Amino acid sequence: MKLSGIVIIGAGPAGIRAAQTLVAYGLQPCLIDESLRGGGQIYRRQPENFKRSAKALYGFEASKAQAVHATLDRLQADIDYRPQTLVWNAEAQSLDTLHDGVADQLPYTHLIVATGATDRILPVPGWTLPGVYSLGAAQIALKFQGCAIGERVVFAGSGPLLYLVAYQYAKAGAKVAAVLDSSPLSAQTRALPALLGQPATLAKGLYYRGWLTAHGVPVHQGVHLQSIQGEQRVRSVRWRQGEQERTLDCDAVAFAHALRSETQLADLLGCAFSWSDLNRAWLPTRDTSGRSSVEGVYLAGDGAGIMGADAAEMAGELAALTLLSDTGHQVDAARSTALQHRLDAIHRFRHGLETAFPFPEDWAANAPDTLTVCRCEEVSAGEIRQTVEQGHWEINRVKAMCRVGMGRCQGRMCGMAATEIVAHASGRDIASVGRLRGQAPIKPIPFGVEVDQ
Amino acid sequence: MALLKRLAEHDREVLPFTLDGQPATGLQGDTLLTAVLTRADALRGSDFSAEPRAGFCLMGACQDCWVKLGDGRRVRACATLLEAGHCVSREPGRTL
Repeated sequence: MKLSGIVIIGAGPAGIRAAQTLVAYGLQPCLIDESLRGGGQIYRRQPENFKRSAKALYGFEASKAQAVHATLDRLQADIDYRPQTLVWNAEAQSLDTLHDGVADQLPYTHLIVATGATDRILPVPGWTLPGVYSLGAAQIALKFQGCAIGERVVFAGSGPLLYLVAYQYAKAGAKVAAVLDSSPLSAQTRALPALLGQPATLAKGLYYRGWLTAHGVPVHQGVHLQSIQGEQRVRSVRWRQGEQERTLDCDAVAFAHALRSETQLADLLGCAFSWSDLNRAWLPTRDTSGRSSVEGVYLAGDGAGIMGADAAEMAGELAALTLLSDTGHQVDAARSTALQHRLDAIHRFRHGLETAFPFPEDWAANAPDTLTVCRCEEVSAGEIRQTVEQGHWEINRVKAMCRVGMGRCQGRMCGMAATEIVAHASGRDIASVGRLRGQAPIKPIPFGVEVDQ
Repeated sequence: MALLKRLAEHDREVLPFTLDGQPATGLQGDTLLTAVLTRADALRGSDFSAEPRAGFCLMGACQDCWVKLGDGRRVRACATLLEAGHCVSREPGRTL
């Protein structure tokens, strides 16, 4: 094994499969990951002293999760694995990292960026109250900590994760007060033909949903979540379905509308971005083999467009094979082609999911002026609209004027919602509003970090 | 009052720590977020209204779960494991 100069950012399904592929060809990549134990978010591992089985944690995905984890465990002797390490800046040939308060620079010749995703959030009044979490957060509380986010939990929003997490909670013994899906049943019926392309995945989705209904969990569709109420913490939710308005007592809410890609590092690296209708977002452009527009930089997994964990594993392997091929290694071209075909099939399924769980395009129109959009800087929808009234419409200008997206999360939670409000208020197409530029450090770092000499 | 409810993994070593100077306990493997929110219902006050916050994303992205440790470090409670003897303090936030 030789130190290869290849760095992989992110030890989720994509990064782990990329590392495995490089090792199989005799290279020793560096695998950097911000988390404690790797696995990414969907296959996040519980702390070492926890005892629940993989089946209890990951359900139908247990064997996949275990395979990914076992691969990382086996690889650790053959790679330069750096957990709990934040890449906070990325430039040509060099990354800036932070581990345990110590800053370092890491040179590279080739980079595989597998930075994953976070929940896509459409804020509702009351979403900053204690007891309100993203769907991903609710799942992490359970999977990683063995906790429910409350005693009576409402799950809201849309996307496959909505039913999955509600099911996992109910199965683990939590009280699920209701599932409030913003997408109408008719959308799911319409999506069936496209979803039938991945029958196993479709069957799981139907199973979760059927299980919830069979166990008496109320599932409502075509719901508009109006507000989360409470003073110091969540007390109830108010929602509308058609003409009917209802209030439901609960002490916790988990909500999100699918996922959004983490693209800051690709941005700092100078990767070209293009608009994706499917993701309703600007994404770093990748070719069908995983190359970005920047030579030596490859993109894999949800960080370059949401495709899910199965696709991330394939895309990680594919990006590594492409990198190997680009650097003069003899690789199995048939394997790359097979991976591309499987990714194409998942991409078609992804279109079906978008039909089944459509983005609620009326969200911006219905967002009240008093709604806090940016939870870091506490900027309201009304303040964003005022900024638009002053003639601003490009999202970075709007940020400069009213500070939306300028807080500590750097727009990860509010940026997408702010863009929706700007597009609606200015009457512009959502794509033309632009995207929040990445800015180093991409996450807050302590002032006066030690530098390892 | 607690925000989070433990559903599993009860049988773990108990770790003593302090929360705002008061003695408290958590379990080995708890994040600071879990240790605090299984006995309290907020982690910090917001920077502009001092309204209570209790984290949001639990994956190190939203930065809304910062707490302060005895050595002066500000850490994300969701991404920091509890250690015996941690002195965790919660910042009340600010109003305009």
